Amino acid sequence: MVHWSAEEKQLITSVWGKVSVEQCGAEALARLLIVYPWTQRFFSDFGNLSSPTAIIGNPRVRAHGKKVLTSFGEAIKNLDNLKATYAKLSELHCDKLHVDPENFRLLGDILIIILASHLGRDFTPACQFTWQKLVGVVAHALAHEYH
Amino acid sequence: MVLSAADKSNVKAVFAKIGGQAEEYGADALERMFVTYPQTKTYFPHFDLGKGSAQVKGHGKKVAAALVEAVNNIDDLAGALSKLSDLHAQKLRVDPVNFKLLGQCFLVVVATRNPSLLTAEVHASLDKFLCAVGTVLTAKYR
Repeated sequence: MVHWSAEEKQLITSVWGKVSVEQCGAEALARLLIVYPWTQRFFSDFGNLSSPTAIIGNPRVRAHGKKVLTSFGEAIKNLDNLKATYAKLSELHCDKLHVDPENFRLLGDILIIILASHLGRDFTPACQFTWQKLVGVVAHALAHEYH
Repeated sequence: MVLSAADKSNVKAVFAKIGGQAEEYGADALERMFVTYPQTKTYFPHFDLGKGSAQVKGHGKKVAAALVEAVNNIDDLAGALSKLSDLHAQKLRVDPVNFKLLGQCFLVVVATRNPSLLTAEVHASLDKFLCAVGTVLTAKYR
């Protein structure tokens, strides 16, 4: 089980409090699809992904981004129980969606950059450490049920 | 992975905008890397890695200068970074995975200091460029 210090928990909740889940979720997913275009392979039925502008404006991308980041919010509420929290989603991503867990790490890195761009200098090195740890742990939990 | 004309133009624009602050960006990126990925400190046992360390600032300046040199010779990264590539292969032998970590930190620094500069397209180009630099620096490892 991952240990979270009081300071880390504080950094997580204070950053999360400044985040618009809908906005950041949409941005993060769009950036993933733009910066790592091979990730588009999972979204062939999402319509127009032909350019960065198309991706950013794509309503399905926005909606799905919001869904993904909302789920992240669940992780934050269950920091001491992430494997259980994500067990069903992990099975889904393995058995139905067939997503290589490396993609969770890519999305995590992108999310860090989105947060950094919204928070500016408030996204201190300590924040970055804590959030990089969080996205890593979430990625690990999402991969946990893979077989 | 090939840098397109648009990628090169985006990267040059970023560094033109960063200008003389490149050294600060380099130092900030290094500091973030040591804090975010503590295992990277193993390559610097001889450094004071405390906050505000002059050695970290100095090394950040070196890293930034190398990136600027790479940008100024973006059509021939292998040539521009050849000596550094030799150094990393023969002497420093930094595990290749670490270049991605520093690259991530550099992107975070740009994002925190100049978010409007880091549009999706620029982000993609800069990420590609940093990957390419890492690839060149590890090209002679074996």
